[in-house]
Amino acid sequence: MSMLEVEGVSKRFGGIQALQGCSLSVEHGSVTGLIGPNGSGKTTLFNVVTGYARPDAGTVRFEGTAIDNLPPDRILALGIGRTFQMVRIFPRLTVLENMHVPVRRQGLAGVLSGASTHEERARVLDLLRFVGLERLKNEPAGNLSFGQRRLLEIACVLMAGPRVILLDEPGGGVNPTMLRAIAGHIRELNGQGITFFVVEHNMGFVMELCHRVIVMHRGSVIAQGDPEAVRRDPAVLEAYLGE
Amino acid sequence: MTDGAGARRWDRAGIGLLLLAALAFPLVFTNAAITTYAIFTLMWVAIASAWNILSGFSGYVSLGHAAFYGIGGYALALMAESWHLTTGGYATFAYIPLAGFIAAVFALPIGWIALRTRKHSFVVITIAFIFLLQLLAFNLQGITAGSTGLPLPTPPWTGAFFNVPFYYATLVLAVAAVGVAAWVRRSKFGLGLLAIRDDEDRALGFGVPTGVYKLAAFVLSAFFIGMAGALDGYFSSYVYPQFAFNPQTDITMAAMSFFGGLGSVAGPIVGAVVLEPVQQLLSVNYADLALVVFGLVLLAVIVFLPAGVVPTLSAWARQRAARSAPTGETGAPAEALAPIRGVGESS
Repeated sequence: MSMLEVEGVSKRFGGIQALQGCSLSVEHGSVTGLIGPNGSGKTTLFNVVTGYARPDAGTVRFEGTAIDNLPPDRILALGIGRTFQMVRIFPRLTVLENMHVPVRRQGLAGVLSGASTHEERARVLDLLRFVGLERLKNEPAGNLSFGQRRLLEIACVLMAGPRVILLDEPGGGVNPTMLRAIAGHIRELNGQGITFFVVEHNMGFVMELCHRVIVMHRGSVIAQGDPEAVRRDPAVLEAYLGE
Repeated sequence: MTDGAGARRWDRAGIGLLLLAALAFPLVFTNAAITTYAIFTLMWVAIASAWNILSGFSGYVSLGHAAFYGIGGYALALMAESWHLTTGGYATFAYIPLAGFIAAVFALPIGWIALRTRKHSFVVITIAFIFLLQLLAFNLQGITAGSTGLPLPTPPWTGAFFNVPFYYATLVLAVAAVGVAAWVRRSKFGLGLLAIRDDEDRALGFGVPTGVYKLAAFVLSAFFIGMAGALDGYFSSYVYPQFAFNPQTDITMAAMSFFGGLGSVAGPIVGAVVLEPVQQLLSVNYADLALVVFGLVLLAVIVFLPAGVVPTLSAWARQRAARSAPTGETGAPAEALAPIRGVGESS
């Protein structure tokens, strides 16, 4: 059984068929790439998987359980984290405060207690050290550079303890040094057992990092396999370069 | 750089001194005109701080919370009527939390409806509620006696002492409202509200129960504002629709929070302590000019200090500290005056 299974998912926005019978799967412990030309439905697929959009048809299963009718918070609690193409952090909260937002709130005590317990703070500082933002912990997140915000967003998602993370263009608007750092973090976390599903346009990044690559075009999957095979697939070249 | 524990000790010392000064105030100033100013200032500290819990922290600007001020006043008047409390006394103060509770009960369905909208629509809906309730107070004559208004228990105190019980009751209310606001600011609940202010959908995605949090903040604000309304009603012995449900009350609580700094604990206190005496002085001495001058002050604040007095001053202090510190360590968080427990301080 695959970790994440998408089966025959369709989604229409007005006159645009964003997803058309899209089926794919992500294996446990893999780094799976999702590529395709602009408008091919990659972000919509992410939105459907993480509960930010409801599919018109089809099912999404996470470890065998259907999740296509669950809200985003339930899906995160199950173990699917995500980042956004246009980084979504809380700009007027400090880096530390941002990190405490995804902390689980269990029962009344989870609401009434202080914003940060000792264990939470230790975990937050560990993660900030991991992504290299510890020095900026008291800075309002809105003051961070775009690349630093990406790192903060990833660290925030890690706070929720996900087993699979969907990254929507982690390389977008980020300089090459920062991109290498992000790739290093992904590899290290993957080594610790976290599965990754990554949308990215930077082919070097995808080829180097991904075990498997899935190619989408006009809302459906047109090719999948190991990175080398996908790169040579004529259908993929046609989708990118036109007929 | 700054020692977190040391800074907290200074904070505590400062708060202690302020409280002592507030406790001693009516012993030093016995003039009734001055203690009346003080009572209204404390009342506005409570109202603006309570309003800030919803509108400052979560970003949902309510221009209808004066509705709960009115409900509090009318609730106390109706309790007095049905339980035949014609003469007041110290015991009457005990009914004020009950009046606040009744306001909170009303806030539950009103908040539930209003919070289905966001941003400008929310503001408009809250404005609609204050006018709706004012209209009800005018027209439900069987209950509210319409424009005739309702009497409240008459306080038994006379002379210069009259204000003293009211002063201390209002002080208790103000301390409670500020205390709850400070506690909310440091809790997971408060962090959730601030996250809602910045990006509500993302907060929801991160597991913040946004619906419950928003409604809880709405009701909590209403509870304290309802108590303030009841206390004011008792102090002035009468409630009338146009004064109990007064849109100007809404403008004032928002203006004070904006002036001091929306979303900080100290902001609404500073706003109330600066603006309420000014408003009182102006309306007593230059009644024609009062609203004009008040409007100009607010205009100046919005143009020159858009973040409010407290955040602007703490940003200046941080910049000065950063200049004088040779190390690259970054300064205190934006909310220097009310850091989240264990989150805000630098170690």
